[in-house]
Amino acid sequence: MKTNQLIYGLITAVFCALVFHLDAQNPKGKYGTFALTNATVETVTKGTITNGTVIITQGKITAVGSGIPVPAGAEVIDCKGLFVYPGMIDGGTNLGLSEIGSDPRTQDFNEIGEMIPQMSALTAVNPNAVAIPITRVSGVTTVLAAPQGDLFAGTAALINLHGYTPEQMYAGFQGAVLNFPNTGRRGFFDRRTDEEIKKGAENAQKRMSEIWDRAVQYSKIDSATQGKAGYYPEMQALLPVVRGERPLLIEANAAKDIQAALKWVKEKKIKNVVLTGVTEGWRVADDIAKAKIPVIVGGVLNLPSRDYDRYDQAYANAGQLFKAGVKVAISSGETNNQNYRNLPYHAGFAVAYGMDKAEALKAITIVPAEIFGVADKTGSIEPGKDANLFVCDGDPFEPKTQIKQVFINGWQIPLVSRQTQLYDEFLKREPGVSKK
Amino acid sequence: MKKILLLLICFFGLSAQAQDKGSMLIKNGTVLTVTKGTLPETDVLIKDGKIAQIAKNISAPQGVKVIDAKGLFVMPGIIDPHSHIALDAINEMTSPVTAEVAESDVVNPLQINIYHALAGGVTTIHALHGSANAIGGQCVTLKLRYGTFSLDAMRMEGAPRTIKFALGENPTRVHGGGSNIVPRTRMGVEFVIRKSFSDAKKYREDWDAYNKSKLVKGFRGAPPAYNLRLETLAEILKGNILIHCHSYRADEIMMLLNVCKDFGIKKITFQHANEGFKVAPELAAYGAMASVFSDWWAYKFEVYYSSAYNAAILTKNGVVTSVNSDDPEMMRHLYLEAGKTQKYGALTDEEALALITINPAKQMGIDTRTGSLEVGKDGDVVIFKNHPLSIYGVPQFTIVDGIVRFDKANDPADMRLWADPKQNLEEATFYEKGTDHCMDGTEFLFTSDKK
Repeated sequence: MKTNQLIYGLITAVFCALVFHLDAQNPKGKYGTFALTNATVETVTKGTITNGTVIITQGKITAVGSGIPVPAGAEVIDCKGLFVYPGMIDGGTNLGLSEIGSDPRTQDFNEIGEMIPQMSALTAVNPNAVAIPITRVSGVTTVLAAPQGDLFAGTAALINLHGYTPEQMYAGFQGAVLNFPNTGRRGFFDRRTDEEIKKGAENAQKRMSEIWDRAVQYSKIDSATQGKAGYYPEMQALLPVVRGERPLLIEANAAKDIQAALKWVKEKKIKNVVLTGVTEGWRVADDIAKAKIPVIVGGVLNLPSRDYDRYDQAYANAGQLFKAGVKVAISSGETNNQNYRNLPYHAGFAVAYGMDKAEALKAITIVPAEIFGVADKTGSIEPGKDANLFVCDGDPFEPKTQIKQVFINGWQIPLVSRQTQLYDEFLKREPGVSKK
Repeated sequence: MKKILLLLICFFGLSAQAQDKGSMLIKNGTVLTVTKGTLPETDVLIKDGKIAQIAKNISAPQGVKVIDAKGLFVMPGIIDPHSHIALDAINEMTSPVTAEVAESDVVNPLQINIYHALAGGVTTIHALHGSANAIGGQCVTLKLRYGTFSLDAMRMEGAPRTIKFALGENPTRVHGGGSNIVPRTRMGVEFVIRKSFSDAKKYREDWDAYNKSKLVKGFRGAPPAYNLRLETLAEILKGNILIHCHSYRADEIMMLLNVCKDFGIKKITFQHANEGFKVAPELAAYGAMASVFSDWWAYKFEVYYSSAYNAAILTKNGVVTSVNSDDPEMMRHLYLEAGKTQKYGALTDEEALALITINPAKQMGIDTRTGSLEVGKDGDVVIFKNHPLSIYGVPQFTIVDGIVRFDKANDPADMRLWADPKQNLEEATFYEKGTDHCMDGTEFLFTSDKK
């Protein structure tokens, strides 16, 4: 009887697996114990290990080094001639919050209101967004899903790019987004006068300060009343920010705005701040360094922000900030076309135009992990950390390099996305030009 | 005041034109000819704007500038087959058919974007009309002779005439959605194009008949009314103007292919063609070409089912394929975009480089002049530190017609040709990347579109 059940069970399981394989949008990941052997391991924090082994057990990296024994029952993946890198982290995306750029119905990153930190990106991330597999098969394992919009536009969340619920994807960090009043132009279509821009920014700054002062006030009342200050969701959402427990991610790009932001942060004595965007950070790099505020550079592949600037100024920005002593992470800034997979090319261009290669690698791995306070869990290849890593056949910044393996939270990710499926279907289309 | 400025521009223009071609010797570089293999430690001699010799140990003719390219890579100037820079107007969106307008009338040689493109190794661009209309305006092929103040000096002399067509969401949004006239659907787009070609055919026949009967003694009839729009369309039917059609979906590509077949039009390049890979066998069989993004997708619904493997699938199916930018930022690193096809589809170095050199040249009808390093072709060259398909490839010199237009080590930071005395120097512009620029100039129609 028992054997019969077992056989039926097996048959059903195989059948289900086949059916699922045919129907599922993406094949399933695999969990267990893996041994990546004979690899060059770029740990990022502990140097390079040649002929190294990385053991992954139950979601974690459990051992790293050369001459490490392979645990019994481990799936051995021979990485001879290959490299192991920590998963890349893109600290500025709307991944999962946007499906199609021109269709507002598919966009969930821009809620209405200038004071809405209670709007939580994590709740609106679609775990089945088509762009998620497209991003992770390129080695980007973790991203910040961030709201956009008016002043306090919502709360961003760090997510791993595997999982079926927000809880499964959540990577342990949330931060409130503040779009610092912007005096820059948004592009050729921005036809506001200088006066309008100036007035607009001044008014916004005033409102921003009022909001912050109220939040500080609320925090005091909350403390005094032991949490009985009443239901003010936006104020409650800012509590951990006011108390320095949760960072304020301040988006500022024009030099003037960055300086104003630094001044404002100092005035308001805000403890936990990250500057994002910082397109013109290089102009005020010393000021940022002095304030000891880390930055996430919002894309390297950009045009210069002023027509009289050197042509490669945007490429050089991250490197110049680093040289000035600023803690620098690099994000891709590719929100409009969901091309977060280009993150290594942004880092690579920073190198081509002056940044140290090792630092550029850190800027998309351990540095964003540190900025987000999750460096104990991710951002490098070290025992005890979550198994977020990828295996490739060369320098990951080089466009010809192929990704061979991706692990997220210990799950071996199938290297399949809708774009690879279309390749498989259409490379040798059948039927071709004839009807048969 | 304006008149004086105009006069000044004319004066400078004429004087600039006189010195448009140069001579130089590029020594000891790794020469990536694209069409004739890779030549190590080889010299390239440019004489009066043309490549005169490619060989080892060429001695420099007297007075000719020498560039030491030892350890550097020498490749043909990059060609962007889809750009909207150096133009003062992109979209004449007042009618679904505007074949009569021409971008060559609104070339702006002063834009700083031209220099930015040179710094990315680009020497020639196809400056296109926008994609608001099913049949848009005529495009213009430009050589990036940055430094000239002359509109005429920017145009690539002898380049074939080209015209922009557009299918799908853009023309239907502008005319059907924006103005409530046909086309509102892809059915309407086909009809607009078929009707235009049919009218042009009739127009041509009327003129031919008139011209014939005119020769008969005693003929007293009046000539047909002259119509520049139909005149232009008739030239397309004759094969004298090449079609470059903004398109995304496989079905709309097939539609235009069928229309071309019915009207005997042979030369067509599909621009963007994000779903070109789905009809690659049909494109190859027809001899139609495709000019695509390396990896842009998801910015609108009709590019939702894209694949970064598009260029590789097209290439491997025998379609002459190029990679374009449609964007002043991406334009600066088309070599990176070409390099991505080695990740997405494992194209060889030569195939990848062809995407941004000889193949766009074929699509623009200028492949006898440019697109590869061969004796007799124009002296359009870019010299890279590190291989151009490497992320660490950095253009050092960009040379157009034998004249250095970009010199990384020696150019000053500020390369503007024209500065607005009233410019607010504190002002910064943050460029929104990742959207196609084919709709520039129509955005006022859609301001209520945004969430």
